[in-house]
Amino acid sequence: MANAAQSTAKPDERVKEISALRKALIRPELGGIVGTVAVFTFFFLFAFDSGMFSSQGIMNWSIVSAQFMIIAVGACLLMIAGEFDLSVGSMIGFAGMMIAIFTVSYGWPVWMAILTAFALCIATGALNGWIVIRTGLPSFIVTLASLFILRGFTIFLPQVIERKTIIGGISDAAEGDWLAPIFGGKILQGLFAWLGEAGIIATFERGTNAGKPVVDGIPMLIVWAIVLIVFGHVLLTKTRFGNWIFAAGGDAEAARNSGVPVNKVKILMFMFTAFCATVFAVCQVMEFGSAGADRGLLKEFEAIIAVVIGGALLTGGYGSVLGAALGALIFGMVQQGLFFAGVESSLFRVFLGVILLGAVILNTYIRRIITGER
Amino acid sequence: MTENGKFRHGDPNRDSAAIIEMKNIEKHFGSVIALAGVSFDVKPGECHCLLGDNGAGKSTFIKTMSGVHQPTAGEIYFEGKPMHFDDPCDAISAGIATVHQHLAMIPLMSVSRNFFMGNEPVHRVAGIRLLDKAHADAVTMEEMRKMGINLRGPDQAVGTLSGGERQTVAIARAVYFGAKILILDEPTSALGVRQTSNVLATIDRVRKQGVGVVFISHNVRHALAVGDRFTVLNRGKTLGTAKRGEISPEELQDLMAGGQELAELEGSLGGTV
Repeated sequence: MANAAQSTAKPDERVKEISALRKALIRPELGGIVGTVAVFTFFFLFAFDSGMFSSQGIMNWSIVSAQFMIIAVGACLLMIAGEFDLSVGSMIGFAGMMIAIFTVSYGWPVWMAILTAFALCIATGALNGWIVIRTGLPSFIVTLASLFILRGFTIFLPQVIERKTIIGGISDAAEGDWLAPIFGGKILQGLFAWLGEAGIIATFERGTNAGKPVVDGIPMLIVWAIVLIVFGHVLLTKTRFGNWIFAAGGDAEAARNSGVPVNKVKILMFMFTAFCATVFAVCQVMEFGSAGADRGLLKEFEAIIAVVIGGALLTGGYGSVLGAALGALIFGMVQQGLFFAGVESSLFRVFLGVILLGAVILNTYIRRIITGER
Repeated sequence: MTENGKFRHGDPNRDSAAIIEMKNIEKHFGSVIALAGVSFDVKPGECHCLLGDNGAGKSTFIKTMSGVHQPTAGEIYFEGKPMHFDDPCDAISAGIATVHQHLAMIPLMSVSRNFFMGNEPVHRVAGIRLLDKAHADAVTMEEMRKMGINLRGPDQAVGTLSGGERQTVAIARAVYFGAKILILDEPTSALGVRQTSNVLATIDRVRKQGVGVVFISHNVRHALAVGDRFTVLNRGKTLGTAKRGEISPEELQDLMAGGQELAELEGSLGGTV
């Protein structure tokens, strides 16, 4: 220990210099970026003629991807905070059904039904979080219970009240409502009409809509996806709270010792996940004009897969919202792209499995380099 | 090793008032008397070593100092005033920082994010409170450089640092956030030779900034390398406090082990303990 005091300044000879390229590549989103490029290339080569990259085709897979993105943002932040929510899919069905029952069966205004659905779901999310924190049980088990409880109510309530499992007629009720267009409307319709007139995008050639563009605006679903991604990314990487999310998932005990309100962070993330699920549900209900008891089935796993493709660590403390968004984009493109390419739809799962495995292996390798875990 | 030691030992002003003074601290857990009248004080700029074998009451004592336990009897004076810590937060806000054996560091996060965990600096951008990452990164790099750790960058993950470097980050963080007393609970117990010397060098740097260091150890060699004063605990009692140079390693070792028994053991081991 003789010269310990003078060991300053000299760089450690065992730390290799890292090239700028390698530095730029070594990031949590790399798996998602590589996957996105691969999927785009694949469909460009094999499905370009199918109309997948026409305005209508792009809108088709963008909407499906945006759906995945909305729930992936919530699942991503929650996973980084060290918890899971398996009740997302059931919550989507439950929220939609609540809106349908309140508006169609009870005749509430749509805005009131939407706000009540948000309140109910966010409260359920908070309850999930509170139980996980208070009991110390794995969130996997607690939210698995909510998965069944919420799904059970979603099937039971409409049967008791309306004697059916699909409730329609919400579109009529939503007519003229001030809140409904925020979830079911479209924006930039003027721009798309102009693009259609200018001949840049396809227009209908006959029928009552002749001359109008096939794609007549950007659905609010996509706007919500973008807003949530930007919000999630800024929250996670640019705020104090984001640091607390990483800390709560990385090592809850160490975070508590440093004064991070771990319980508050985790419960808030459960609530945010529930919020995202409800946004998904409301957009879906406004688009279809109906609510079904089987809506949102398996969505929790699709959200988790998108997040993991995006580079997040299943055990928490590491991940990226942008990565999760890319994972959702891959998911949506593959699902719709195989349809365009005329591939037998059952092969979707094979394709998805291959991408999932490839992306996760790549991500594990990158994460080891970044974090020095062994 | 100690006589020609390269650590310039702290020269605490013998007359300067102690930052914390604990008098006749007793702590009972039910029928078990864990501490039976321990007195201890720390002056600014000194390293006071608290030595003792397993079960001697070291942990109970420092937990009393850091507010985890409330003493059954005895008095605590902090900067001359009687003080009572209800919980660890009280002690932390008074300026008593504890660096635990199991560090409050998260390996997956960057050094800069770890350094400011729970105390993140914020600035307003367009009315929104955002993390002031530039400030956090600059401070982290500067503080790490002062401690002799060369980071590749502030975004380097703590998981890539060695155990000794992690200890140093934890110590630097405590000092940066205004610790007056730094309690190090066996900081060298799991470290190799080189890493140990890095941590001891860190203690030396911290001491020069006027922080009082409480160094808990059961390794006499490590204690003698940096300590200014040595207090030995045995079976919940103080066996006395010695100044540097007044006591030999053998005497310290004997005191820690309770004298007699170790002498017999040592005979059969040929003085290798």
